[in-house]
Amino acid sequence: MTSSRPNRIDDRLDAAWIWDRIARAVIFIGGISAIVFVVAIFAFVAKEGLGFILQKLDLSFFFSSPEWRPAQEPEPEFGGLALIAGTASVTGLAMLIAVPFSLGVAIYIGEFATGKVRETLKILVELLAAIPSVVWGFIGLTILNPIIIDLFDVPVGLTVLNAGVILGLMAAPIMTTIAEDALKAVPDSYREAAEAMGATRWQVIRQVVLPSASKGLVAAILLGVGRGFGETMAVLMASGHAINIPTGPFDSARALTATIAAELGDTARGSDHYKALFSLGILLFLVTFVINLLADVLVRKGASDRS
Amino acid sequence: MVSTASETKLSVKDLSIRYGDHVALEGASFDVRENEIFGIIGPANSGKTSFIRAINRMDEMTPGMKVHGSIEFNGKPVDSWRNLYALRSRIGVVFPLPVGLPMSIYENVAFAAKLRGVRGKGALDEVVERCLRRSALWDEVKDRLDSLGSLLSGGQQQRLTIARALSQEPELLLLDEFSIAVDPVTTMRIEEVLKELKQEMTIVLVTNLTQQAQRLADRTAFFLEGQVVEVGETKAMFKGQTKDPRTTHYIEGRFG
Repeated sequence: MTSSRPNRIDDRLDAAWIWDRIARAVIFIGGISAIVFVVAIFAFVAKEGLGFILQKLDLSFFFSSPEWRPAQEPEPEFGGLALIAGTASVTGLAMLIAVPFSLGVAIYIGEFATGKVRETLKILVELLAAIPSVVWGFIGLTILNPIIIDLFDVPVGLTVLNAGVILGLMAAPIMTTIAEDALKAVPDSYREAAEAMGATRWQVIRQVVLPSASKGLVAAILLGVGRGFGETMAVLMASGHAINIPTGPFDSARALTATIAAELGDTARGSDHYKALFSLGILLFLVTFVINLLADVLVRKGASDRS
Repeated sequence: MVSTASETKLSVKDLSIRYGDHVALEGASFDVRENEIFGIIGPANSGKTSFIRAINRMDEMTPGMKVHGSIEFNGKPVDSWRNLYALRSRIGVVFPLPVGLPMSIYENVAFAAKLRGVRGKGALDEVVERCLRRSALWDEVKDRLDSLGSLLSGGQQQRLTIARALSQEPELLLLDEFSIAVDPVTTMRIEEVLKELKQEMTIVLVTNLTQQAQRLADRTAFFLEGQVVEVGETKAMFKGQTKDPRTTHYIEGRFG
């Protein structure tokens, strides 16, 4: 009897069917646009810089000379070594600070803290991640600068040390969040089984939790490295912005990103200087690409080891 | 109390376990004797697993779980142990669903020995082979000890966890429905192993299968809705010599 089955659906294109089509289309456009944007950005950067790299830029000079004089007349010099060294040293120092710091906080939040303490800490960490980079740069400029001068008795406080500390503090919150997610993904049954055997909390963390969260932790660290390479404003303000291959933490330095940000406004569109800055952009793009690829390979390798 | 410690492995006195307002176990009092297999039977939600968890103080990692009363292990209340890890290392636990730790088969079984400070390949090899043989898994995995424990089948993983528990050389072995994920043939093999292990350790066997308790347990406790209905000799209990009619009803399958 028909009346006993009020919910049966006829074969017609009803509202649910139409909404399904609309939702699919919107999601498809969203998904595809991510690819379109990445390709478009790369194409734009490549269009502006690639021709210059291939035809005019002396690559061996770029990678071996610290002389970055893009506005020099009549013969500008495009040596990138100081900028590369500046970015690498600031990022390296930042990771030296951020990796142990963020892993420590993540392990505390994920494995030890409970209840309100845990929730409060998580909110605080997320709040830290939301501080704009220009504020961090400001802290480097006005607070860390005099501290470094007083503490180490050096003439200038805007150095690799300053930028590294600031960048480390900036990268740590997001790294903490990712690392904590990785720890949370480790099943509690592992912890329970190991603890039931008489393992101490530290033994459980060291021998069971960290190894099984390792791929997520690596992803967290690589994300931090990517953040370090890409950060511009804070590094510009805290590093001293001096073209110089730093030989220690108390030397000033200049980062690739900061160079682009500081100089692009002064260049004529289409000039060699303008194109040289886009070349730096391509270099940054490639480094980030390699880091992401590396993270992807590591994550896949970890996954295949496990299954 | 101290004079009977050599015979009494676990002494449970007025034990109550609560999760918030929910009472999992109320006023339980009984002894588990040295070198016996002590069966615990009863339907779901009767407090069997909560009791197991209270013995090695797993309540401390279970949010909301509160234990009152006392459990004495070798005559010493478990909550008076200052080094919790030492207590746990002397008690082996096998959970209902096998947990292969995310490491190789070899590392799984060598884990407890390493925690105890056993070093050297020879000594660890010996522990791994002995425990895997005893849990009836050796022949199936001896050629692939370096592969991941989690790749094994459910039944194999459960034997791996039993091997792991044995590697602790425990005085007390707690088995919480170990045969849920194990096929009947393997269950029988493990049951034979347990009969032998009784010479060396005390075994508490929580089981949903009353026949399993009948086959293995020297004495059996019947838990029902958080109450210990009765504790008695298994043989007598299964002959119908029970103190409470509900026990007979449960054994005969009239409820639960």
